[in-house]
Amino acid sequence: MLTYLRKRIISSALPLVVVVVGVFALARMTGNPASLYLPLNATDAMRADFIAKNGLDQPVLVQMADYFGGLLRLDFGTSLRTGEDAAAMALRAFPATLQLAATTMVIAIILAIIVGSAAALKPNGLLDRLASFVSMAAASIPDFWLAIVGIWVFAIYLGWLPTSGVMGAAAWVLPVATLLMRPFGALVQVIRGAMVTSLSEPYIKLARSKGASEYRVVTAHALRNAAAPALTVAGDLTVGLVNGAVVVETIFGWPGIGKLMIDSILQRDFAVLQACVLITAIAIFILNILIDLGYALLDPRVRPTAGARGKRKARTITSTTEPTTPSEPTVPAVTGANA
Amino acid sequence: MMELLDSQRAAEKTLTTVLAVTGLDVDIRTPTGTVRVVNKVSFTAYQGQTLALLGESGCGKSMTAKAIAGLLDPVASVAGGVVALEGKDLNTMSARARRAVAGPSLGIVFQDALTALNPVYTVGTQLGEAFRIHRGMNKKQARLQAIELMRRVGIPEPEVRASAYPHQFSGGMRQRILIAMAVALSPRLLIADEPTTALDVTVQAQIMALLRRLREEENMAVVLITHDLAVVAEEADNVVVMYAGNVVERGPVATVFSAPTHPYTKGLLESVPTHAVRGDELSSIPGSPPELKNIPAGCVYQDRCPMVAAICRETRPELRQTGENQFSACHFSDVLVTQAGNPTNDHSLTSPQLEDNQ
Amino acid sequence: MTQTLNAPTGQQRAPKPSKVRLGGPSMFRMLLRDKFATIGALILAVVILVALIGPTLMGELATKQNLMFMNKAPFDPANGWAYILGSDSLGRSMLARLIVATRTTLMVAVPAVLVALLVGSLWGVWAGYHRGRRENISMRIADIIMSFPSLLLAVVVLYVFSPSVANIVLILALTRIPIYMRTARAESAELQSRTFVDAARTFGTKPNSIIAMHVIPVVTPTLLTLATLEFCYVMLAESSLSFLGIGIQPPDVSWGLMVAQGRQYLQTAWWLSILPGAAIVITAIAANLLAAWLRIATDPAQRWRLTLEKPARKALKSLSKEAK
Repeated sequence: MLTYLRKRIISSALPLVVVVVGVFALARMTGNPASLYLPLNATDAMRADFIAKNGLDQPVLVQMADYFGGLLRLDFGTSLRTGEDAAAMALRAFPATLQLAATTMVIAIILAIIVGSAAALKPNGLLDRLASFVSMAAASIPDFWLAIVGIWVFAIYLGWLPTSGVMGAAAWVLPVATLLMRPFGALVQVIRGAMVTSLSEPYIKLARSKGASEYRVVTAHALRNAAAPALTVAGDLTVGLVNGAVVVETIFGWPGIGKLMIDSILQRDFAVLQACVLITAIAIFILNILIDLGYALLDPRVRPTAGARGKRKARTITSTTEPTTPSEPTVPAVTGANA
Repeated sequence: MMELLDSQRAAEKTLTTVLAVTGLDVDIRTPTGTVRVVNKVSFTAYQGQTLALLGESGCGKSMTAKAIAGLLDPVASVAGGVVALEGKDLNTMSARARRAVAGPSLGIVFQDALTALNPVYTVGTQLGEAFRIHRGMNKKQARLQAIELMRRVGIPEPEVRASAYPHQFSGGMRQRILIAMAVALSPRLLIADEPTTALDVTVQAQIMALLRRLREEENMAVVLITHDLAVVAEEADNVVVMYAGNVVERGPVATVFSAPTHPYTKGLLESVPTHAVRGDELSSIPGSPPELKNIPAGCVYQDRCPMVAAICRETRPELRQTGENQFSACHFSDVLVTQAGNPTNDHSLTSPQLEDNQ
Repeated sequence: MTQTLNAPTGQQRAPKPSKVRLGGPSMFRMLLRDKFATIGALILAVVILVALIGPTLMGELATKQNLMFMNKAPFDPANGWAYILGSDSLGRSMLARLIVATRTTLMVAVPAVLVALLVGSLWGVWAGYHRGRRENISMRIADIIMSFPSLLLAVVVLYVFSPSVANIVLILALTRIPIYMRTARAESAELQSRTFVDAARTFGTKPNSIIAMHVIPVVTPTLLTLATLEFCYVMLAESSLSFLGIGIQPPDVSWGLMVAQGRQYLQTAWWLSILPGAAIVITAIAANLLAAWLRIATDPAQRWRLTLEKPARKALKSLSKEAK
């Protein structure tokens, strides 16, 4: 298990490194922050001083080496905008996004399990067709537009919910509902498909032959088998949730990492952007590891070390207590009769 | 010879009926209409005996087994007939009552153990499930029962292996686990649906030996679904030969195999290369079974039958008695009876086809 | 086999039945049998037609400001047909602006889908056919692109390079290439182990010819279905970018940008945001409906459902309803 985990960590870390280097390089190309932060009538000396102070006159490779050296010392640089520690700013924004994403995913998974399973029980039934319509709509509606319509109806027209902010439970309704749509729609289809497959597997018949109740058959046998494939998709959807978070946080003024990232780009605030990207990438990295571990937990067949040991054992345990009948008949089967 | 016959008769008189299937019909709904895949199938399985359902793939033998066990696919349904298990009709039972029967009264062994076992649970958990459902045991008690069962079906180190998953076992071991699961609650009837098809020949023999041992220990009635003539000859007391959804012949294995009274049974037995000489062409039944969608009027076997006559094209033959406990659905069964000479003399031979096999 | 002997370059047909004649008359008849797919195809056809000839017909109307017709509500015949969908704060006709935006929206979405389809499919088929290190490296690249939120990548890239139509197309294509790659690789890896590919290889056919002759025809239907779905995704991504201000830039106009511009008038003129959004939703749903039908129509195991006559389909429906 440890070798397996180490392998997974190494392979998941590669994208992490690529992303950090890539974003660093791209961020350097966004333009000279000196022109953005200094007053219009700043002298050339002031500009040179600003550039030198922030290390912008160094070659890109040197800047990058400095940057990585800083990362090792947990120094993410300071914000050009506020002079604050970039890591502190990103870490302050991160929990808001994490809460939003976690709430959304938990609700999406629970709802999708209920709706997806119910749809799979009666393929082509009313509920099934309703579910596939909902997930199709969810894949077709732009999230920013749904957010705007939500604000228009519930905040402006009906006045039930606030248009933005994080205060109180009501403020969570629209952002979560907007973010929920896409993962919910996708998960319903995945769970429905996995449930239809697992419900038609022979082990379902075996469970029924033991007299298992319908509830037990659906939950303990079918759903338990559908969980592993659904988990993988849920992981990918959580990564995709960051996309939605950027839009939703911008519209609802949610002080999360998505909004901070957009703001830093617009302000050419390198350090903060890099800190944000790095934290997001680390979060995704950790998420991928957790998904892998969860998958191995849900599906014993992919536990490599345990499986290898078991196989070796199984091979030695084919000897039995039943004596082999030596005169085993060689009469052909009936199916061969018409050959 | 006569003494043997008498003792056999005496034994038959004391037989206890476990399963009595009468006029069972099974339909499959397809987009182009309903197809009858099992037509008026009747047979009886006795305690302590093995009844073989023999036929080619697609003849309806598996469908019959699934109908008895109540495990038909959603597109298939029982259209008529009575399936009486220990006198109670399973077809008219409520779903709840049927679940109460599944396990304690009726066990089924599936064909492919790899797909039949749930891949995400340990075999110990799956073996214990029946005890948890029907006996209300807790996890610990059920596990002990599971280990005991594994020991009974000959799985070494059951205490350790109970925590292993299905994919960590060999094919033969998985089949043993499936069998253990089916007999967990000592059912009166065990249905074995081609239990050895997916296995190596040597392992097949072990599995059949295990089934035989368990049948004797538990005094169960066994319904064995198979397409293997040798297995029938070796294991079964009675045989039901099916063709295109219909029973064409049934009776004691010894009688049916030594003196078949249906041309299909005869053709099957002749296709077995027992007396084959090198260079001779092997006998085979020409043609292939009819599609279940368009079964001809008249006899189901008419298109491949060497004895076909005008009446076979018009009237479907009913099952008629052709010998001691032997029945055949053929207009010309009398001819076959005379051809076979004096069939009752052959009772001592359990499987004449296997005599000079080596 | 005689055929293969006569044509040792491996010209024999793939024996897999999944090669589907796209656009043939039977395909068209199957489309007409599916109500929803027909509607979806019709909507897409109208959208494409509007994008092609609409802007020419509209002429100056889309940019003509008319202070007499500021923020007119839609569906009021009194304002004349040009203002039937209302007008914006500068008195420009919403109908005309929507039509012009259709062209911009498609001009981003269609090329982005095509570029990603072409590059991703060929790359994936190639990687899957050759297996080994070429496959591993390719898939690792796909993983890297996929492991980062695509919108974020686009946001960063578009801020570095100016958000021109070409750049938007390229970044959207780049982030979607892995989708095609993964599908094409999986199918091609499965195909390359098939007997008919082995047979072609035995005759000394070059890998590229085998890929062109045996692999690509088989994977094409699947990839085209995927591309239809991706059209929907790419269109939504473009509108998200435009909404965030880093996609299409004024004075150009796309549906997403119109939603963003109308957002500040939400309280007074809802139609400025809602109508272009509705255009996005309707087009996306149409693409989805067509993709759902394509998935069945190009799957040999399921295609029979579409060839059934009406009564049989009804029977099938009631049948599956009964099925537990």
